[in-house]
Amino acid sequence: MMDSTALLIFFICSLIMVGAGMLVSHLVAPRSKNIQKEEPYECGIPTQGTSWIQFRVGYYLFAIIFLIFDVETVFIFPWAVAMKEVGLAAFVEIVIFFGVLGLGLLYAWKKGALKWE
Amino acid sequence: MNTLYDFSKLTGAIHHWLSARFSEHTVNLIEFTLAGVSIMIFFGILGLVLVYVERKVSAFIQLRLGPMRVGKWGTAQTIADVIKLLFKEPLINKDADRLLFNLAPYILMTAAFMAMTAVPFAPGLQAFDPDIGLLFVSAVSSLGVIGILLAGWSSNNKYALIGAMRAGAQIISYELSVALSLLTIVVLTGSLQLSTIIESQRDGWWIFKGHLPAWIAFLIFLIAGTAETNRGPFDLAEAESELTAGFHTEYSGLKFAFFFLAEFANMFIVCAIGATVFFGGWMPLHIGPWHGFNAVMDFIPPVVWFFGKVAVLIFVMMWFRWTFPRLRIDQLLRLEWKYLLPVNLMNILFMAFIAMMGWHF
Repeated sequence: MMDSTALLIFFICSLIMVGAGMLVSHLVAPRSKNIQKEEPYECGIPTQGTSWIQFRVGYYLFAIIFLIFDVETVFIFPWAVAMKEVGLAAFVEIVIFFGVLGLGLLYAWKKGALKWE
Repeated sequence: MNTLYDFSKLTGAIHHWLSARFSEHTVNLIEFTLAGVSIMIFFGILGLVLVYVERKVSAFIQLRLGPMRVGKWGTAQTIADVIKLLFKEPLINKDADRLLFNLAPYILMTAAFMAMTAVPFAPGLQAFDPDIGLLFVSAVSSLGVIGILLAGWSSNNKYALIGAMRAGAQIISYELSVALSLLTIVVLTGSLQLSTIIESQRDGWWIFKGHLPAWIAFLIFLIAGTAETNRGPFDLAEAESELTAGFHTEYSGLKFAFFFLAEFANMFIVCAIGATVFFGGWMPLHIGPWHGFNAVMDFIPPVVWFFGKVAVLIFVMMWFRWTFPRLRIDQLLRLEWKYLLPVNLMNILFMAFIAMMGWHF
């Protein structure tokens, strides 16, 4: 209860910090309307087409591999805390866990998912 | 001992003063608000100091003088820059998604702010100390990437889109290495609470007590931390020579300043967490049973120890930035997935073995 109240207050504080900055900037900043200013910046000549396009698939591939390994990291957090108390059993289990995971990484590697092209 | 050595006296006094006047619930609210306001002020000071230091360090490395005109040795340069940015017209590109465009700086700053609340500055000087501290910091600080992706995508600008995509791939990849290298030390501490981690280093820092795996973990942490904050040789998200300014190309005025502030705040958080986990946070340099030596080291206040360690780490990160050439995106992802990640996994096993055999100090 205490913790969530603290988090809520800190969250509000951070919003106030950014919001106050934006407000001051909104009040003091000069404004002059000009159609040229609203063009997206590219290189001087008018921009060609939109940039909301299907972007290269390589990034999504890495995002998917990341998901697998991030879930694994979440599993390791409680393990790391308990490791010293549990001892040998925890060590054997993490060896098996990393073995399976390593096979997964090896599979992705051999399939060429880690290659950028 | 005065307050410089133990801030719990100061906070205790404030708590006592408030308790005499208000109910328990109100006291909690006021204290958390005070902590929040202090962190706000700290954010402002941090931004001003780090921007100045970055410019001076880069000037030092490139045999220049850096800012010298505004104030003595250019110390007021950053203040002048902030005032300049405040009076700049905030431009929004006509095709941009206005809501997401304005939301992005909020997300980025909130993530940095929340992570900063858990940083232990000195004994008794920590706004928020949950028992899952390390998990909290890594979870909250990784939310910042959403702000970067939103900023790049909503700008409707090709440079911004490429920069944001690169930043996304880079930050999520290197986040794994940061978390795993910190977990290598958690195996030894057996706790995620930051104050407990510091307390466990009373007879020596983990980097010395943890043998070789601790050093490997620290090296990986330093590389991955630099990459996660989009700095140094890993700044392809804002590679100025190819993408103008990357994901914040379209931002101007104070919104642009917030992106920079968030970047520097993230750098501070990464260095502070690194200092806390590997170098004992505010804990002075103690060597096991050398009581005389430990007593001498205790004369230096913990705040000085903490900021000293963080300053050294920040200097190393700036040194990286101005020394190494920028990596290409395929090199960057190869470094993480084919080198750092396997090494990290083996390193955790190595550390677990050492912890099991009781070979650490």
